[in-house]
Amino acid sequence: MSDALSSATVLAGRGIRISRRNLDAVITSMMLPIMLMLVFVYFFGGAIDTGTRYVTYVVPGVLVLCAGFGAASTAVSVSEDMRLGVVDRFRTLDVGGTPFLAGHVAATVTRNALSTALVLGAAFAIGFRPAGTAAGWLAAIGLLLAWITAVSWLSAALGLVTRTAEAAGAVTFFMMFLPYPSSAFVPIETMPSWLHGFAEHQPVTPLIESMRGLLLDRPAGDAPWIALAWCAGLLTVALAASGCLFRFRTR
Amino acid sequence: MSPAVEATALSKSHGSVRVLDSLDLRVAEGTVFALLGPNGAGKTTTVRILATLTRPGSGHARVAGHDIVTERSRVRRAISLTGQYAAVDETQTGAENLRTAARLSGLPRRAAARRAAELLERFRLAEAGDRLVRTYSGGMRRRLDLAAGLVRDPGTTRVMFLDEPTTGLDPRSRQELWDAVRELSAAGTTVFLTTQYLEEADRLADDITVLGAGRTLATGTPAALKSRYAEHRLDLVARDREAHLRLTSAASAVTTGSVTATPDALSLGVPTDGSAAHVRALLDVLDPERRDVDRFTLHTATLDDVFLALTDTTALPVNDKEPSRV
Ligand SMILES: Nc1ncnc2c1ncn2[C@@H]1O[C@H](COP(=O)(O)OP(=O)(O)OP(=O)(O)O)[C@@H](O)[C@H]1O
Ligand SMILES: [Mg+2]
Repeated sequence: MSDALSSATVLAGRGIRISRRNLDAVITSMMLPIMLMLVFVYFFGGAIDTGTRYVTYVVPGVLVLCAGFGAASTAVSVSEDMRLGVVDRFRTLDVGGTPFLAGHVAATVTRNALSTALVLGAAFAIGFRPAGTAAGWLAAIGLLLAWITAVSWLSAALGLVTRTAEAAGAVTFFMMFLPYPSSAFVPIETMPSWLHGFAEHQPVTPLIESMRGLLLDRPAGDAPWIALAWCAGLLTVALAASGCLFRFRTR
Repeated sequence: MSPAVEATALSKSHGSVRVLDSLDLRVAEGTVFALLGPNGAGKTTTVRILATLTRPGSGHARVAGHDIVTERSRVRRAISLTGQYAAVDETQTGAENLRTAARLSGLPRRAAARRAAELLERFRLAEAGDRLVRTYSGGMRRRLDLAAGLVRDPGTTRVMFLDEPTTGLDPRSRQELWDAVRELSAAGTTVFLTTQYLEEADRLADDITVLGAGRTLATGTPAALKSRYAEHRLDLVARDREAHLRLTSAASAVTTGSVTATPDALSLGVPTDGSAAHVRALLDVLDPERRDVDRFTLHTATLDDVFLALTDTTALPVNDKEPSRV
């Protein structure tokens, strides 16, 4: 167990070093959410009635979008390691599938913590002034990290199935897409009615609602618990699936 | 002492292609073993199975005393592997690659850094150690990959697997790798290598197995293989056609081996053991009056001959299921 933990730590360090050097990719993955935020706030924001200032409404959605971008990169790096045989070296050093993927996920979460901070910085610059308490902030960030961990691990599992980096990038598309049919950018009531069922019950909506509640110091109801349950559920599925897939790919 | 590697009836298929067909191997502890074979013979597959990276389709094997399927972890802790294709990160420096591998092998941070520095020095990469691997030449990458295969404390590596370790290395680097292999072997590590270079097997290996289409074609010491599958030969060139005829009939009379005669070229090959005494006696018997032989050359057996003889599918007895043991 401690072996697995120290392997995961070493591999997380490796992942972070490597992404530091692929700065262009990292910057793109950070700039895109910020650009989208600007587009939403300045181009569309005026037309969307959310009952609050639009920037206040949209920031949690942008943070989740950003998490999706970050998580998608996990699939690409996992699939590259599988394809290039680097994983064989780790396996002969008796590193198991779980520490291997945990290293990738930890690197993604670290990267994402940074891009979240940048997005928040940009949000403040354009007038985001949440009223949340310190506890609310902590809870919101904790929830976001839990979400990032779950989707990164899911993405890592997908990286095990895909044989090329391109395919890995493509299959993680849904992670980046998921925030759109949710309450992230527009209130669900404004969507066509056939979409309501999906939008209300998909994981991003309770996540967004609870982050809004926590950051703006408004009652969030049981949304945080639902969001947390989603994260736990997805993570469990991802862990089980990636375990099987890793064994399957390395037969 | 139990053998370092012992495989019984290993088989592996990819779809309908039988890649390994009931392969038996035995490598004694502390020796250097070479697996020889043409492209696609199944060398990499064998190494990957023994190093626990791929499961065998059927059959059993024990490495360092542990079963490769049921005791994978134990096997992994007793082996090191450098595969045929470089497994290093392009966007880490050489030193970082080695430190990562050393840490994963269980060394604490400082010891890992020390080990990495040692290995960089040993593989002449100290200067380039802080450069990204992206900027390395092919040979440097190969050397780094070999170094990464050696991160584990030599004391705990009982079997070292090297899949075509010298492919792509210049002569000096090859020599250094050979030295490294001998050093490992002297320290008690069993070395299991594959190679296309027969000279390499000849110099390094205590035992050789020649693999063809997933089956053992021959196994033995380099010397035994040479004497069994490739003979020393005295090549004669006759002065004229009549001399050629006389020499051919005389040769057929004195030798039990096969005489190869090429009348058009006036040439003739006669088996010999290669010793001066035998060659001199042979010349005297074949040409007592010293007028028929114009020139001669002595062909010394090499593993190349063995290899070509064994892997030439047209020359092989197709139904010979029993591998030769010499
Ligand atoms: N994943 C795979 N799917 C299908 N066929 C495979 C696979 N891996 C190996 N093979 C086949 O198995 C055979 C043996 O391959 P292997 O890599 O073991 O040969 P090798 O002796 O190492 O050759 P080389 O000298 O070229 O490295 C080849 O015919 C190869 O095409
Ligand atoms: Mg090979």
